[in-house]
Amino acid sequence: MTNTGFVAIFRRDLLLAIRHRGDLSNPIIFFFIIIVLVPLGLTPESSRLSEIAPGMLWIIALLASLLSLNSMFQDDYNDGTLEQIMILPQPLYFMVLAKIVVHWMVTGLPLSLLAPVFGMMLSLPEPGYLPLMLSLLMGTATLSLLGAIGSALTLPLDKEGLLLPLIVMPFYMPILIFGSGTVQFAIDGLSILSPLAVMGSLLALFLFVAPYIAAGALRLSVEG
Amino acid sequence: MWQWFHKLGSPRWFYQTSGKWLPWLSFLALVFISLGLVWGLGFAPQDAKQGNSFRIIYIHVPSSFLALVGYYIMAIAGAISIIWKIKLADMVMVSAAPIGASFTFIALLTGAIWGKPTWGTYWIWDARITSMLILLFLYFGVIVLQKAYSRQGLASRAAAYLALVGTVNIPIIYKSVDWWYTLHQPATIKFTEAPSMHPDMFQPLLLMIVGFYLFYAAVLIFKIRVEILHRERRTSWVQDYFFSKKNK
Amino acid sequence: MSDTEKSSASPLDSSILILKDLAFQRNEELLFSSINMAIESGEILQIQGPNGSGKTTLLRMISMTLSPTSGEILWQGKNVNNVREQYLGSLLYLGHQSGLKKSLSADENLLWWRKLNKDNLLPSSDALECVGLTRVKDVPCYHLSAGQLRRASLARLYITRAKLWILDEPFSAIDKQFANELKTLLENHLDNGGIVILTTHQDLEIKDMKYISLASPHKSR
Repeated sequence: MTNTGFVAIFRRDLLLAIRHRGDLSNPIIFFFIIIVLVPLGLTPESSRLSEIAPGMLWIIALLASLLSLNSMFQDDYNDGTLEQIMILPQPLYFMVLAKIVVHWMVTGLPLSLLAPVFGMMLSLPEPGYLPLMLSLLMGTATLSLLGAIGSALTLPLDKEGLLLPLIVMPFYMPILIFGSGTVQFAIDGLSILSPLAVMGSLLALFLFVAPYIAAGALRLSVEG
Repeated sequence: MWQWFHKLGSPRWFYQTSGKWLPWLSFLALVFISLGLVWGLGFAPQDAKQGNSFRIIYIHVPSSFLALVGYYIMAIAGAISIIWKIKLADMVMVSAAPIGASFTFIALLTGAIWGKPTWGTYWIWDARITSMLILLFLYFGVIVLQKAYSRQGLASRAAAYLALVGTVNIPIIYKSVDWWYTLHQPATIKFTEAPSMHPDMFQPLLLMIVGFYLFYAAVLIFKIRVEILHRERRTSWVQDYFFSKKNK
Repeated sequence: MSDTEKSSASPLDSSILILKDLAFQRNEELLFSSINMAIESGEILQIQGPNGSGKTTLLRMISMTLSPTSGEILWQGKNVNNVREQYLGSLLYLGHQSGLKKSLSADENLLWWRKLNKDNLLPSSDALECVGLTRVKDVPCYHLSAGQLRRASLARLYITRAKLWILDEPFSAIDKQFANELKTLLENHLDNGGIVILTTHQDLEIKDMKYISLASPHKSR
């Protein structure tokens, strides 16, 4: 019975994402815009760009993730669908997880796959490409999970102001540190196993915990 | 046993009992802090490398301790309030938030004051300061989140959830900032730590730490009392309290 | 889903749904208190009151979206918090909002609703045909009028097996003809042993209707 909840919401949200396929490109467009600003604001020199590329790429990915968080629950909250989902006897955990997975598939996943292109634009050194993709794949998933908690907690506000970024930022920071660290390690010729392992354990931890807390926060938001 | 527990959770009981203890607590805090300050600022020996500027640690170190402890107090109060639904715990959490944030701010400020003569700059991105800054953000999040909700009960629950997530994340954040800093650590400066301290410098610090804990408790109790009066303002005992005061 | 059998705690508690001393406090204001009502199979309850008196709040409380400040709700003799899955599986709640995704069609909306409620459906009937939306069933909902949206939302009533229907202003935005159909639907549900709890501004003439009247909010002591 729990599976029907997951599968049904998963397919519905995927269908909705496809219906709004114009929005799918938003994180990517954002990425491109910022990427152009970097050399313009700093320097076009390849060597200097290479130095900051790992961190910069990760920062932009983080910001792109932040920007996309609002869409996770806001729509369902506004048209009463969320309430309908919450009245079902099925555990909310799996249905929230389904929403988070679709959210990631629509934001973090495309970004991670396109990372080599972005990396090239910032002169990312060769060894960094694969680690960048790997760290982004895991990291953006964790960002979606953490972001779900913040998003669920701030639903009543109706996306006014910077409350959501403020809340979510401190939790994002370790992901940023280890994500960019992974890429930097690879570039410096060190093994990426340890930072990647940390990324993996953070992902596992929040995969367990985040949907649960987000579900509780959703119930809170719907009450008030 | 449950009777006693419930009594413990009664705002009215807390208000009346704390009223008797608060003046003593504040006095004690004042004593410790004054002693510590006078000793530390005036009588403790000068530091070999830093001269007199190190003395700011007498405020900086206790503040940092309380900044972190304060967050845990806030989170635990929040947990108690959602698990056992005790209103008083809720009020403790709500009161602890701005106090903890203030201590964090003081820690950062005194850290900056210490930084100028020591490293020549007010701000430096070392592990401790960066972690403290992130802690400040965590506090801000809890404080500002409450504004998103129109009902106090929901606001406190949301804040409690956030504080709990923060509690899980604090070790993660501190560890990751540590890791990050050791990767990029400039070869030169190592942050002076308390362990390498001479006892003559350490003892006033101990006084200050105790004094700050007492001070924190006093301020927290005071704030809780204000919160109680505000939330219970329509009940008869609060009305009587004010009326009888006015008639004196 | 088994047919409902009344399990009684005592002869007096044989009603299927009991609202016991329900109260709700928003910040310092007591929205309502001492709400007591026992409802049997086949009964309909209307919640009346001026705007802002808490009708929607009470409905949401009965559907377990909100928790009461005090009091409890009993389903088949047990507190709903203890039989949550069973209780929620027995009810259908239609609120103010449509509960439909605007970018999906009425048909698609109903499809995913059916998937989520798999265990609680009547063997197929074309719900959209019952509400007269066959012509527009494949049109994205943002193209539908308010009346059509309401009908699409109400279509769920035609295919659910839920015993307890909780409806917030179901008659709003629909025309007289459909209103009559809806009334018939409600009466049929009651005849089959179902329960209806609703709010409405309409003058519903269904016999043996029970009422809860909510006054304007008053301050707590």
